[in-house]
Amino acid sequence: MRLQYPTNIEIIKVPCTGKVDIVHLLLAFEQGADGVMVAGCLEGDCHYQVGNLRAKKRVQRVKDILDKVGVNGGRLEMYNLSAGQGTRFAEIARDIYAKVLELGPSPIRVAREKAVRPTVEEAA
Amino acid sequence: MIKAVPKPLEEIIDLVKDFNKVLIVGCDGCVTVCEAGGLKEVKVLGSALRLYFTQADKRVDIDEATLTRQCDKEYLDELKDRIDGYEAVVSLACGCGVQFLAERYHDKIVYPGVDTCFMGVDLDRGVYAERCQACGKCILASTGGVCPIARCSKRMLNGPCGGSEKGKCEVNADIDCGWHLIYERLKTLGQLDRFEQPVDPKDWASSRDGGPRKIVREDLQI
Repeated sequence: MRLQYPTNIEIIKVPCTGKVDIVHLLLAFEQGADGVMVAGCLEGDCHYQVGNLRAKKRVQRVKDILDKVGVNGGRLEMYNLSAGQGTRFAEIARDIYAKVLELGPSPIRVAREKAVRPTVEEAA
Repeated sequence: MIKAVPKPLEEIIDLVKDFNKVLIVGCDGCVTVCEAGGLKEVKVLGSALRLYFTQADKRVDIDEATLTRQCDKEYLDELKDRIDGYEAVVSLACGCGVQFLAERYHDKIVYPGVDTCFMGVDLDRGVYAERCQACGKCILASTGGVCPIARCSKRMLNGPCGGSEKGKCEVNADIDCGWHLIYERLKTLGQLDRFEQPVDPKDWASSRDGGPRKIVREDLQI
């Protein structure tokens, strides 16, 4: 289909979004991810019955935590699509990319980079 | 088991914001079962605090540990070689664990990370209900296995009261009337004659009215 989506999106494969834990999502942000999208199967189509519904709740919980810790819950989104919807995948990848671009770099990444490379004023 | 709920994140942030080295200590006991203070909750809180302090440009070391139980000295001792390196500790154990940790390391600032609620059962995933108030003198044998102390809002020994309506309590329509449950259960068991014998007033000395309680089992002592 030769579909295009941003190249700086790192794909992490899991057997089911039900495997995605709150700890995994928080760790991604701790490691400096600007945004995270969880792409699960369509609701009602989970091979494991409720994996994607569990993921939906976990994503919401992490969004709440991110809002409270000043990272902005908007950096995390969950999408539902089937394995046959390649066009939709490229679409949501571009969607989250645009959203994160608008939000700017993660404050965690900014703080880390600042700690490693202080500004000239700070270094002085 | 003991049921607890995590304290709001903002409250914990406020407690530890003035420290540079903080240890979060979870408990593998009851609070793990009710998903308030086990290994995973320690990781989530640790992650959340690190994110908060990093974005706030404040360097705070947040470390994590989870003990088998915080209500046993032998497990608390596992922290003895590392606890001095921290200015404050957030314990995600129940109130017993928090206090025992503070007793064991009496010069250390220990904060609670959960709100301990009651002794209860799991009705469903994430749904917990109170079943025992640890009154120290169990009367379940005479009440069809339904405790009027824990399940009647008035802790009546001879119920139900006039506030019972269609099996619900007047305090809240979501609360089952404990004495209605007792009646139904005794009816099923064919023991309704139990209602013909009023129960004498309870000696509450074995409950909290007798002050903080302590059990000494000499047969178990070494």
